[in-house]
Amino acid sequence: MEIFNIADHLISPLGCSAGQNFAMLKKSRTGISKITDDSLCPQTFYGAGYETHTVEQQVVFEGCEKYTFLERLFIYSIDAVLKAVGDIDKQRTVLVLSTTKGNIGLLNERKAKKYEGNRIELPVMARVVNDYFEMPHRPVVVSNACISGVSAILTAQKLIRLGLYDHAIVTGGDLLTEFVLTGFQSFMAISDAPCRPYDVARKGITLGEACATMFLTNNPGLVAKTEAFARVAGGGQANDANHISGPSRTGRGLRMAVSKALEGAKLQPGDIDYISGHGTATLYNDEMEAVAFNHLNMQDTPLNSLKGYFGHTLGAAGIVESIITIRQLNEGVLLGSHGYAEHGVTQPLNVLAENQESPNLRYGLKTISGFGGCNGAVIFEKA
Amino acid sequence: MNLEIITDTTITSSAIYKDGTLFLANEEHLPFAQYCRKAYQLMEASYPKFFKMDNLCKLSFLTAELLLTENIGGALNGEKTAIILGNRSSSIISDQKHYESYVERENSFPSPAVFVYTLPNIMLGELCIRHQITGESSCFMMEDMDAAFLFHYVQDLLLNEGYEHCITGWVDFSPTEYGAELYLIGKRDKGEVKRPFGINFNQKV
Repeated sequence: MEIFNIADHLISPLGCSAGQNFAMLKKSRTGISKITDDSLCPQTFYGAGYETHTVEQQVVFEGCEKYTFLERLFIYSIDAVLKAVGDIDKQRTVLVLSTTKGNIGLLNERKAKKYEGNRIELPVMARVVNDYFEMPHRPVVVSNACISGVSAILTAQKLIRLGLYDHAIVTGGDLLTEFVLTGFQSFMAISDAPCRPYDVARKGITLGEACATMFLTNNPGLVAKTEAFARVAGGGQANDANHISGPSRTGRGLRMAVSKALEGAKLQPGDIDYISGHGTATLYNDEMEAVAFNHLNMQDTPLNSLKGYFGHTLGAAGIVESIITIRQLNEGVLLGSHGYAEHGVTQPLNVLAENQESPNLRYGLKTISGFGGCNGAVIFEKA
Repeated sequence: MNLEIITDTTITSSAIYKDGTLFLANEEHLPFAQYCRKAYQLMEASYPKFFKMDNLCKLSFLTAELLLTENIGGALNGEKTAIILGNRSSSIISDQKHYESYVERENSFPSPAVFVYTLPNIMLGELCIRHQITGESSCFMMEDMDAAFLFHYVQDLLLNEGYEHCITGWVDFSPTEYGAELYLIGKRDKGEVKRPFGINFNQKV
């Protein structure tokens, strides 16, 4: 069975739709800036954060005061996709939601009291979003650290392929919070300048926040947005079984995930026209990816990391970056890897320093890796 | 091709069972810290990393340790084994610990050893390392164990994605309660399937 993406939506510091975001990326604009916000950190730091005031005014709808900021973003993003898609049979539709920390700000009891139910629990948060749209089935919630977004796409693909549903709303979101910031700071993993994936001067990650939604279906006739139209050709996931917070030095898990995706899509490494890497800009992650892609003989395939534009958006990343992967295929433009100037991994990689017109793109590969040793890969074909 | 439950293990605050047989009863109602140490000793597990883990990971570790005894673990092909778990409370215990470490600014001391456990899928990562499982490891969040969802997901891995074994079930650790039940699912070409893997696989007969 063939499964397609037929619509997209993305809200990030760069814009309130996937189109707005993509237009900014083509102009090499980044969402990363110097942030001075004492509620997040007593010191100034670099991040890709919403102008909260502006975004809060954007995500307004009737009854929105009953929802947390993240829930409002989910609702806003899903609503945009549903409006684009039009009438669908909700009985045949499932919501698949990806997040790592959800409403983690509700650890503050004073804040938690403002909302009904134990909304810090991820399945409870997902139910609240699901109920807003009067979806008749339970939502599926994936929490596989940084690969959650790709896991959600592959889960949705599976549920449709099995005939359990015809359509899936796939949404992912996380916020830039003090919780995550202090955690990565304790790991000494935060760069003191905007992140520079695969570059020799890279010093770590820059955190971001975003909420993104795709709409997968077995009926390509429903296509709502041609810019978002693509076939989900294959996918795979694998674990390094090596370390809970460090990537494997051999890139074995990533290699296996990519190999499974290629096998599922019945493709060879040489068939891939573009790779959207994970590219967090930590020393070890980017090096691990370089080792894995060389093992796979994919070192010449054009590659970028989108972290230089969005920062690391955690549970949203896999969906944000899949949306942009598909838009690059459809527009025939590959984006320069923001922050990349001088090659900084030990193996060769074809990292794009500048935007590149590429009219004949067909297959794009999105890869991702995360804490817990997990790796994911998904291949999209221009439809 | 038939799918079967090869073995299962359950841990509650009152007892530990392996395939329905009592392994350890928590007669003295020991708190988790002592109870899990007792279980660890009884299992003759020797794995120093256990003591660094948070309670969610300790609980999943012990459940899987008992699940994969009797050399079943050795019979697994790591590449052809997946772990698919359900969970409700995420890493709330470690989340609260991390929160307490930074909430007072003048006394802020966040620790990477705590922060690394603030994701529910870390327990799957720990199991992958311990048993050298390199297949898919996915953590699904659900308000209670959605056996039908897990069944469809795992069945597809085994029948359509080339996996030979899958560890599935439920592990949850909240501030007020905890519990785990894990099942090792495999395939059988011929012979009698004693415990078929079905949509209600978690319902004890």
